[in-house]
Amino acid sequence: MRTLKFLLKKEFSQILRNKTIRVAIFVMPIVQLIVIPFTADYEVKNINLAVADHDHSVYSRQLISKITASGYFRLTDYTNSFKSALKSIESDKADLILEIPSGFEKGLIKENEQKLFVAVNAINGVKAGLGGAYLGEIIKNYNNDIRLKWVTPESFSPFPVIDIRSSNWFNPEMNYYFFMVPGILAILVTMVGGFMSSLNIVKEKEVGTIEQINVTPIKKHYFIIGKLIPFWILGNIIFSIGLIVAWVVFGIVPVGSLWVLYASISMYLFAILGFGLLISTYCDTQQQAMLIMFFFMMIFILMGGLYTPTESMPGWAKIISQLNPATYLIEMMRMIILKGSGFSDITPSLIKLGIFAILFNSWAVFNYKKTS
Amino acid sequence: MDVVSAHNLTKIYGKDKVTAVNGVSFTVSKGEIFGLIGPDGAGKTSIFRMLTTLLLPENGTATVGGLDIQRDYKQIRKQIGYMPGRFSLYTDLTVEENLNFFATVFGTTVKENYDLIKDIYIQIEPFKKRKAGKLSGGMKQKLALCCALIHKPDVLFLDEPTTGVDPVSRKEFWEMLKRLKTQGITILVSTPYMDEAVLCDRIALMQKGTILSINTPQAIINKLPDRLFAVKAGNMYDLLRTLQRNTNISGSYSFGEYVHVVLSPSGISPEDVQSYLQQQGLTEIEWKKATVTVEDCFIKLLRE
Repeated sequence: MRTLKFLLKKEFSQILRNKTIRVAIFVMPIVQLIVIPFTADYEVKNINLAVADHDHSVYSRQLISKITASGYFRLTDYTNSFKSALKSIESDKADLILEIPSGFEKGLIKENEQKLFVAVNAINGVKAGLGGAYLGEIIKNYNNDIRLKWVTPESFSPFPVIDIRSSNWFNPEMNYYFFMVPGILAILVTMVGGFMSSLNIVKEKEVGTIEQINVTPIKKHYFIIGKLIPFWILGNIIFSIGLIVAWVVFGIVPVGSLWVLYASISMYLFAILGFGLLISTYCDTQQQAMLIMFFFMMIFILMGGLYTPTESMPGWAKIISQLNPATYLIEMMRMIILKGSGFSDITPSLIKLGIFAILFNSWAVFNYKKTS
Repeated sequence: MDVVSAHNLTKIYGKDKVTAVNGVSFTVSKGEIFGLIGPDGAGKTSIFRMLTTLLLPENGTATVGGLDIQRDYKQIRKQIGYMPGRFSLYTDLTVEENLNFFATVFGTTVKENYDLIKDIYIQIEPFKKRKAGKLSGGMKQKLALCCALIHKPDVLFLDEPTTGVDPVSRKEFWEMLKRLKTQGITILVSTPYMDEAVLCDRIALMQKGTILSINTPQAIINKLPDRLFAVKAGNMYDLLRTLQRNTNISGSYSFGEYVHVVLSPSGISPEDVQSYLQQQGLTEIEWKKATVTVEDCFIKLLRE
């Protein structure tokens, strides 16, 4: 026990004495947590729209002003030929073309029907998809407006219409910060924990201090636990700071209980730190450890459901994401912070993380050899 | 009683099957300073790492304090002190913290064995709040020695403790070892410096993974059958070349400011060599009998 206490004391003074590491641990995650959610936003704004208007009527003008008034679109080109509108797409000035046929107003009034043409530049898939959808929605609304004007009040609904209204639960305003901040916080804890632990034992190998440790009667699991606990405590501190930032800057207060939240982060830290230490026992230089950890970090982030839901991945990718501890944390964080999930809801994830933690840590103890 | 005994110890590295240590056998008695003397790459460090249970031998056996290095490695680690050739204490911890740390991992306290390290520690005590990385080379060695001694080991392994240390500190270091010897600690030390060999009780001369000779330094010197002379001339380069041309001379090599000339016991007489040199037109010849050093013996062994 006394040995462990001294091991911890040694690790803590080594970590906290290094000014660069201090900054990297405490300041950088805060800065990232403040900055990234503002930029990692799915909402597509400022879509450039070129309109090829062959009609030049009151109705076509109304439609255009309705589109631009939505705030999503910016009218960059207004011509009367599709060809010149296409040119502005080719020169990247526009993302979408809306073609209004000649006789649009006349046809609409006389025949109760008209067709519009929308051409989308699909180079940027997200922008194209969302832009097209937004535009479709606006045109639909416009259509309803006209109908409302024409249909006489007494003959209310000559034929039944299904009207779909959706409401967003747990995040009523579809606020992206609510969605992204817990996920980003999960990633920051992963990054700091993963990198710090993966570089630690390997650093002792590089500097040569491991030689002196190996010749002592110190037990292998003591040594690994002595490495694990300091980072576990630091991880919890970083997470707490992150929660405060989320509250102060974004006004996000966890709906669920803090106990559940800390239980999930604690379990997760054991898993991810164990993974880092495992890498550390396999590598000989910090460079190797860094590169390997980077590889896994990319998988953790991009296949963990932070940006894209894991449910929409292909089957094999779903299996990988199931083996990714970060998936569970991101999911649990969102569940607890936004939805207020309790222990019973996250138990399956906690158990899986527990299995990861035991697997990685015992593997690390096993692979750390005091004799070569 | 043999504190350390190695029998046919062999270490082969990697895929290329580089034999670093080739069937080495030796014994070290209690309270002895035993030196492994040899150039870089002779296999000294590999032997130390095997005896300190850090490296598994490919072949052969060894015991330290009567314990087998493979079977009883856990007990051995409690009884030995090891100072690797490379400074391997925590550079970001202070002198005091390093010492406390190693005392603790060995399950003891600094206080308990303070008398053992007192003489050494007192010299670095003024800097106890300084980070170990900020110490000078000599002080680092002293701290490393303190850390290796803090659990009162029976056997101390010092791997090139004086490499990269200034002559004054080197001298001090050897005096410290002598004092430790009086406390009954067995010391194994390796060094590439031949002049340190005479400070050991017994030495093993090593080359390319094998031991060329094991004995007391004096016995090794006495065993050299040849006559040894030191020569100096106006043109040292010509002198060396002239000596090497003469096949009757067993050996000649530069040695400090002199050239050492080795003559086999029953071969050419020194007077003949002197006149040979004069015939060859060398001037300002200075000729004297040289005292044999371990280095001369080592060079002789290498040539055989």
